[in-house]
Amino acid sequence: MRLRESDANEAETQGGSKVKISCQHVWKIFGPDPQHALSLAQEGTSKEEVLEKTGHVIAVKDVSFDINEGEVFVIMGLSGSGKSTIVRCLNRLIEPTHGQILVDGVDLSAMNEVELRQARRHKFSMVFQHFALFPHRLVIDNAAYGLEVQGVHKDERRERAMKVLDMVGLKGWENNYPHELSGGMQQRVGLARALAVDPEILLMDEAFSALDPLIRRQMQDEFLNLITEVHKTIIFITHDLGEALKMGERIAIMKDGEVVQIGSPEEIVVGPADEYVTEFVRDVPRSKVVPVRNIMKEPAVTLYSWQGPKVAVYEMKQAGANYAFILDPGRRLRGVVTNDEARQAAKDGVARLSKMVKNNALKIGPDQTLEEAIPLAAASDHPIAVVDEDERLIGEVPRTELLLGITGEETGNGSNQQTRE
Amino acid sequence: MAATSKPVNELTQQIQGRPWLRWMLWLGVTAVLLLVAWGLNDFRGGYYELPVADVVNVGMDWLLITLDPFFDAIKAAMAFLLNNLEDFMLWLPWWVTIIFIALIAWRVAGSRIAIFSIVAMYFILSLGLWELCMETLALIATAVLVSLVIGIPIGILAARSDRVDNIVRPVLDAMQTMPAFVYLIPALMFFGIGTVPGVIATVIFAVPPAVRLTNLGIRQVPKDLVEAAHTFGSTERQLLFKVQLPLALPSIMAGVNQTIMLSLSMVVLAALIAAGGLGREVIMALGQVDIGRGFAAGVAIVLVAMILDRVTQSLGRRSGAKLK
Repeated sequence: MRLRESDANEAETQGGSKVKISCQHVWKIFGPDPQHALSLAQEGTSKEEVLEKTGHVIAVKDVSFDINEGEVFVIMGLSGSGKSTIVRCLNRLIEPTHGQILVDGVDLSAMNEVELRQARRHKFSMVFQHFALFPHRLVIDNAAYGLEVQGVHKDERRERAMKVLDMVGLKGWENNYPHELSGGMQQRVGLARALAVDPEILLMDEAFSALDPLIRRQMQDEFLNLITEVHKTIIFITHDLGEALKMGERIAIMKDGEVVQIGSPEEIVVGPADEYVTEFVRDVPRSKVVPVRNIMKEPAVTLYSWQGPKVAVYEMKQAGANYAFILDPGRRLRGVVTNDEARQAAKDGVARLSKMVKNNALKIGPDQTLEEAIPLAAASDHPIAVVDEDERLIGEVPRTELLLGITGEETGNGSNQQTRE
Repeated sequence: MAATSKPVNELTQQIQGRPWLRWMLWLGVTAVLLLVAWGLNDFRGGYYELPVADVVNVGMDWLLITLDPFFDAIKAAMAFLLNNLEDFMLWLPWWVTIIFIALIAWRVAGSRIAIFSIVAMYFILSLGLWELCMETLALIATAVLVSLVIGIPIGILAARSDRVDNIVRPVLDAMQTMPAFVYLIPALMFFGIGTVPGVIATVIFAVPPAVRLTNLGIRQVPKDLVEAAHTFGSTERQLLFKVQLPLALPSIMAGVNQTIMLSLSMVVLAALIAAGGLGREVIMALGQVDIGRGFAAGVAIVLVAMILDRVTQSLGRRSGAKLK
């Protein structure tokens, strides 16, 4: 799981990054007289009743969310949940019936045709579920399309298209037609076309859903790698919870046009907002999303390296523990010492723990997942040490806690809130 | 897009939102029509006939006088195009023409069609129908050119607006189903006798497929491709020329093919108002009950049709093959 390094880079805004896109009470109703249906729905008439009475379909119902600059925001829902409609409202491929969408603080619906076109050319890009490549254009001319409509000169746009094709691993295919490529490669062209214009916001509309599972996983991994290189705000639409948990820093779950829950992957898995989400996340292995931070405990015994083995024996006895973590003066982890080792050292007359400690402790970061802790737990008898980026000890994960964490039993320890932000 | 058609949209929205309003509207129109018919009835002696024929005749007279310069201009332009083309084709030695046709057929449709077109054209030459055949080709070329110049833009407009489509569609239906003789007469009156009114009548008959298939081709462009073009900030013009027209090309080519075929089928009818070419030969043979002469001219028409059909079809297939 990726750490949120991007936040650290943007130190100027404290408590999270800048809001890039803000949706406020967005509605989309399909039908001949949407305003009438809107007022009905706002008075409390249900979606089904509105459909029955007026024949209007409420596709998006009072959706509000903020998307931060540089984050991967996933909108997840089954077909008909309105996720594709809301993403098309973001670049006004579909005009929202009601509500405001602010991009960098600018109201999208207030833009005239020319301003909107400029925004589409320079701010947004989109990758489509079924690729939507232009079959009559070569791969390179597909990738260069966005630049072409901007009026970029042919040599320059081909050069820039070549660069992104190289980036997505399609070097050597530029003079083929899309139909000569496999599905996965076609979507790479779609991705290259979207990246070629160097957009600020990337809209991924079920971008990997049409690919078969192996290719899909490969594309997901490559995409995650790619977006660490290009700093972009990404809105990722999917119907696949696994994909949502894998890609998203935050996830909005939609049902029948409404947002049911917004949160980080672990917030959604650990604390589903309602039965619908619970049903969804039932089969998700917790170990894949729950971070070690959620289950770690205070270390039972910590000793400084200048202390002696006799102190160690005493402290372990007091705490009823078999192990002690040894720290240096900066509380950085030096190693782990067992009860037996400490007794032996005391007998041998070793003066300080620093003389006997080896850098043998198994360590893990607080934001790594339980799944990543499992092999470590299997490889050692002592609890796993949880350390921060500076190697300072901040907790330990005993095996029992790990097992309980995986099965979902609450241990009542650790900070469940504010785990990522 | 939406901004331009707001008032009408609001009206149609109001009607569509309330189905009973639409029914009321229809009932109202029907009632008015019935009342008019009833009011016009002359109960003393039989039924009154609606004076459609009289109205049309009066209208024609008015048009003939007021729009005379306009029709003269059209006639002059067409005659210029047609006569120059005809003169040029008659001026070319027959073997140059045959080689030229064979070359095109070979490039577009392959060697088999090329050989067929050499044999067919030589056969027409041997029948002694070469000049008439060239006259016919000139007439068809002019008619097809005019048809496409009119038809393709209208097709594009119809594809981009449902309202235009709704207006154009019944007009096309009328153009295709109205018996040709009905508009041969006004064509004669507006443009006099000769080949130009023949071209006009042919255009009326041959335009609909060009419009319909252009319209269809553009409407068939997958929605997500149009979305993709919009997403990257294409102007409407860029959308049309970079995405819609190239993808509609196979369909448009099918329209061109149909336009050519329909033009050929009008050759004989156009000859009734003194258009030249193979059609006149058929009409003359008809007058003299000369079965053999009529048959020879008929065969020549069929051969020309086959060459043109095969070549334009391959043209359509080639443009379609890339889009698979």
